[in-house]
Amino acid sequence: MFLWFHKFGSPPHFYRIAGKWIPWLAAIFAIFLISGLYGGLVLAPADYQQGDSYRIIFIHVPAAWMSLFIYVAMAFCGVVIMVWRMKLAEVVLICSAPIGASFTFLALATGSLWGKPMWGTWWVWDARLTSELILLFLYLGVIGLHSAIDDKRIASRAVAILAIVGVVNIPIIHYSVEWWQTLHQGPTVTKFDKPSIHWSMLLPLLLMALAFQVYYVLALFQSCRAELLRRERNSKWVDELSRSQ
Amino acid sequence: MSEFLNMGGYAAYVWPSYGLAAILLWLNWYLPKRQHQQLLRQLRRRNDKGE
Repeated sequence: MFLWFHKFGSPPHFYRIAGKWIPWLAAIFAIFLISGLYGGLVLAPADYQQGDSYRIIFIHVPAAWMSLFIYVAMAFCGVVIMVWRMKLAEVVLICSAPIGASFTFLALATGSLWGKPMWGTWWVWDARLTSELILLFLYLGVIGLHSAIDDKRIASRAVAILAIVGVVNIPIIHYSVEWWQTLHQGPTVTKFDKPSIHWSMLLPLLLMALAFQVYYVLALFQSCRAELLRRERNSKWVDELSRSQ
Repeated sequence: MSEFLNMGGYAAYVWPSYGLAAILLWLNWYLPKRQHQQLLRQLRRRNDKGE
C-alpha cells in the first residue's frame, strides 16, 4: 500500500498515468454530460411552481456540490503536505484551486440568475449566499498566496495552512439553511428517506453531478501535467521526456 | 424548437446559466492544455540548443 502510494505519488509516474487516463475521462465526461443535458433540458417536465426556470438546477446544484468537494480535497492535500511533504499533493492542491473557484463562481452566478425570476432579487446577504461567497474568496486567497511566494515549496506550505483553516467554512455552508432563517431553500436531494424531487428531475441532476465530478479529475490531470513539467523542468525525467518526443 | 429555446419565458435566465458553465469548463480545460504544449515546446528548444 505504502509502496503504491509512493509510486503513484512520484511525478514521472503520475505524469504518465494522467496522460493515459485523460482520453478515457473525457469520453466518460461526454457520456454523462450529454445524457444529463438531454434528461434535464428535454425529458424532464416543467416544474409546477417554477416553470422552466428550475432547469438552472442542473448546473447550479452540481456546481455548488463541486465547490464544496474540491475545497475538502484541497484541505486533504494540505494535511498530506504538512505531514508527508508530498510533492504531488502540492501540485494537486494548487491545480484544484482555479477549478474550485470556477465552480463556486458558477454556483453563485447561476443562483443569481435563478433568484432574479423566483425571489425577485439577484442577491441577498443571507447565510447560504454569504458563506458561499466567502468560499470564493478562500479559493482566490489560495491562488493569490501561491503566486505571491516565489519559492513554490514554501508557497505550498502556506496555501496548505490556508486550505486547512478555511475548511471550517464548509460545514457552515452546508448547514447554513438549517441553522439560520434564509431565503435559500432547504435540502431537497440529501433527504434520502423521501427526497422531495421527482426521479425525472433527480436522475439528470445526478448525471450532471457525475459529469462535473469526472470533469474535475479530467481538468485536474491536465493542469497537473503542466504544473509538474514547470516545477520539474530541470529534473532528469523531464529532460528524458523532452528528448524522446 | 422555438418553444424549447424560449424556456417558458425564462430563456434570459436559463441559457446564460448554461452558457457560463460551458465557458468556464472550456477555459479550465483549454488554458492548462495550452500551457502544457508551450512548456513542451520550450523544453524541446532547450534541448536543441544543447544546454
